[in-house]
Amino acid sequence: MLRRALQPGLSRGVLGRGLGTHRGRSTLGKVEGSGGYRGSWVAPVSSYVTFRTRDPTHDGKTVGRLGEGDQNGKVSEIKKKIQSVLPRGAWNPLRDTSYLPPEHSDVVIVGGGVIGLSVAYWLKRLEKPQGAIRVLVVERDHTYSQASTALSVGGIRQQFSVPENIQLSLFSVEFLRNINEYLAVVDDPPLDIQFNPSGYLLLASEKGAAVMESSVKVQRQEGAKVCLMSPEQLRNKFPWINTEGVALASYGMEHEGWFDPWCLLQGLRRKVQSMGVLFCHGEVTRFVSSSSHTETTSGEEVTLRRIHEVHVKMDRSLEYQPVECALVINAAGAWSGQIAELAGVGKGPPGTLQGTQLPVELRKRYVYLWHCPQGPGLETPFVIDASGAYFRREGLGNNYLGGCSPTEEEEPDPGNLEVDHDFFQDKVWPPLAQRVPAFETLKVRSAWAGYYDYNTFDQNGVVGPHPLVVNMYFATGFSGHGLQQAPAVGRAVAEMVLDGHFRTINLSPFLFNRFYLGEKVQEHNII
Amino acid sequence: MAAPRAPLHLVTPVWNRGTRGTRGLSRAVAPEGSQKKGRSLLRFLADRFYDVQALREYLLRKQVLKVHQKNRPFTYIKERFGPHAAGAYFILKQGGAVKFQGKEWIRSDARGHFSLDFLKFQAVPVEAVDASGCAINYQGLDSVLALKELQSLWLQRCPHVDDWCLGRLHPLANSLQELSLAGCPRISERGLASLHHLQNLRRLDISDLPAVSNPGLTRILVEEMLPSCQASLLSSNSLPGLGEVSHPRKLHSPNPLTSPYLATTTSRNPCS
Repeated sequence: MLRRALQPGLSRGVLGRGLGTHRGRSTLGKVEGSGGYRGSWVAPVSSYVTFRTRDPTHDGKTVGRLGEGDQNGKVSEIKKKIQSVLPRGAWNPLRDTSYLPPEHSDVVIVGGGVIGLSVAYWLKRLEKPQGAIRVLVVERDHTYSQASTALSVGGIRQQFSVPENIQLSLFSVEFLRNINEYLAVVDDPPLDIQFNPSGYLLLASEKGAAVMESSVKVQRQEGAKVCLMSPEQLRNKFPWINTEGVALASYGMEHEGWFDPWCLLQGLRRKVQSMGVLFCHGEVTRFVSSSSHTETTSGEEVTLRRIHEVHVKMDRSLEYQPVECALVINAAGAWSGQIAELAGVGKGPPGTLQGTQLPVELRKRYVYLWHCPQGPGLETPFVIDASGAYFRREGLGNNYLGGCSPTEEEEPDPGNLEVDHDFFQDKVWPPLAQRVPAFETLKVRSAWAGYYDYNTFDQNGVVGPHPLVVNMYFATGFSGHGLQQAPAVGRAVAEMVLDGHFRTINLSPFLFNRFYLGEKVQEHNII
Repeated sequence: MAAPRAPLHLVTPVWNRGTRGTRGLSRAVAPEGSQKKGRSLLRFLADRFYDVQALREYLLRKQVLKVHQKNRPFTYIKERFGPHAAGAYFILKQGGAVKFQGKEWIRSDARGHFSLDFLKFQAVPVEAVDASGCAINYQGLDSVLALKELQSLWLQRCPHVDDWCLGRLHPLANSLQELSLAGCPRISERGLASLHHLQNLRRLDISDLPAVSNPGLTRILVEEMLPSCQASLLSSNSLPGLGEVSHPRKLHSPNPLTSPYLATTTSRNPCS
């Protein structure tokens, strides 16, 4: 502690943190006095220095005056300072820092999408006593223009092959059904997430039929209501399907469908704000951590790191605020890999635990909206073809949403969110037109692209603490099914944080260790 | 964005109508001015004092729990007398009416009392359920779904029946022939899309659904989805102006004209 206090860089002092926000070479133009300090009257050395650099014209003046030189320059500086202290001056000791995040926060959640907000909600809901934990959610884009949540197609299903995925989805459906009890805020209107209980229809060819049967068995064991259909039953039920090449189909009867993810996001946001969680519009640029060396039982040296501060940089400015925190939760979605790198995850020789990076990266996915006047009717479920192409109905006007995941070789460049319309012509339309003959005539109305937080290891989420960076928790990497598991994942992470272990749904197969140990959680039904 | 997003405020007037209907069974509609003033005062206090906020949250929670309590399952009756008797008891307790096969309609009187004679019926199936105006919700439908030979289900003006409940009705597909959802404030066209499992449905009443955005188009699409079913937008059962205040007991008596065994004339809406 003492050594850190004496370090010039940090300059924290006995009275708490330093004076003013730490600023780069910003030329904000106004005299920023000390921000957020605790009443100390120590003349801020740093701000004195910045005062100088902030006013280059002043230097020019001293040079310009002939014969008077430096002496007069200093006097006028002091005069200006005195003037600013007096009333009507520009100096305001009680500066408004409400746009900055707080200096201390127990939990900092990096990422304000549906997963981050869900973790915040459950932390505040499960904490004992109420109001004990200070939570800060840091989101760098309040318009959510690139967030996976807002750009998602919004489906929710239980047709997975991993039991944990099914349990997560079942709880999330129960959460969505009772959303107005979970997220009720007094005096605010209830939420309408516009759920379509139309179910999912997964089609399998000869090759995938056995896998589908075993998956359905697991799903039924967990409590999902899924029925298997032969091609003939399929034709009876949905006459618009061409069952050529389909050996088996699984149809979810209940608890499956699609909904409006934006409404869920705003509902969570509103509720979480009413519970006292602080929001910050900024970007995490740095983690300040300390490391300690220990030995494992077998004598190996291990370096444990602990994050002490999160530097949150404000939007469109160089100003940043160091937030002292106890825990960091990485819910940054597609950008979680970068956040993990900042925290020192993966800095080590490859093949070791230190060198295991978080294998989450951005992947771009396209969604197309088309109109087909003779298309399938109101009963259309969310159809996922054996080839990987999917579509669902949207609204009453015979509009359909759909897309397809590209293969590894055809992955588009995730640098921007531009839509490639040729991809629809070449890769999405043919399989869908083959499956639904009515789709031979359609007209694409619009399209958009969004990011998957793609887990390159096994396309399933990463949940839980990192073994070496001891106070960083992950809740990311869901590769396209994060929205439908968000409420349950939030609860699991909150249980891990508050109790140290999973209480309701056991997500131990989803811990970070599996990347080092090589244990893949194979999920067959990934779109 | 993903789906055309209806603004949240669109739901508010619908919600208010529904809850005022169930809460205001015993009192007349309060004058708007005083209600608004009282509400804004409470809001002012709740924004500034944690105690008031906690109290209001507690009262809200209690309301929700009241509905849950009304929809609790009667497992003892189910085990002792069978699912039909348990379902009938549940509906009668909520204030609805039940018709057993070959018997008359049984309903509770104005004070909520009803005779327990039906418990003596040995495995006589329930044929028709009239749960209009009852506070039945997703959980409460458990008791109704156990009635495997139900032919006619009336859920008019139920404030807690929503799209999720409609997605649950598929176990009744073999027997259900008549379904009435008139006046339910929370049902939208998305829930109606899940009715395609009910292949034996002959009459469907979807009139006066405030949350359905386009009633005429919805009716056409539902009729395309269920070819042998008649979907009606103007029901002879619904009385004018029943959106807000619901008096389920007095005014709604089982009308012989709407019995499933008699032909009915339903006036069709000209396509708009």
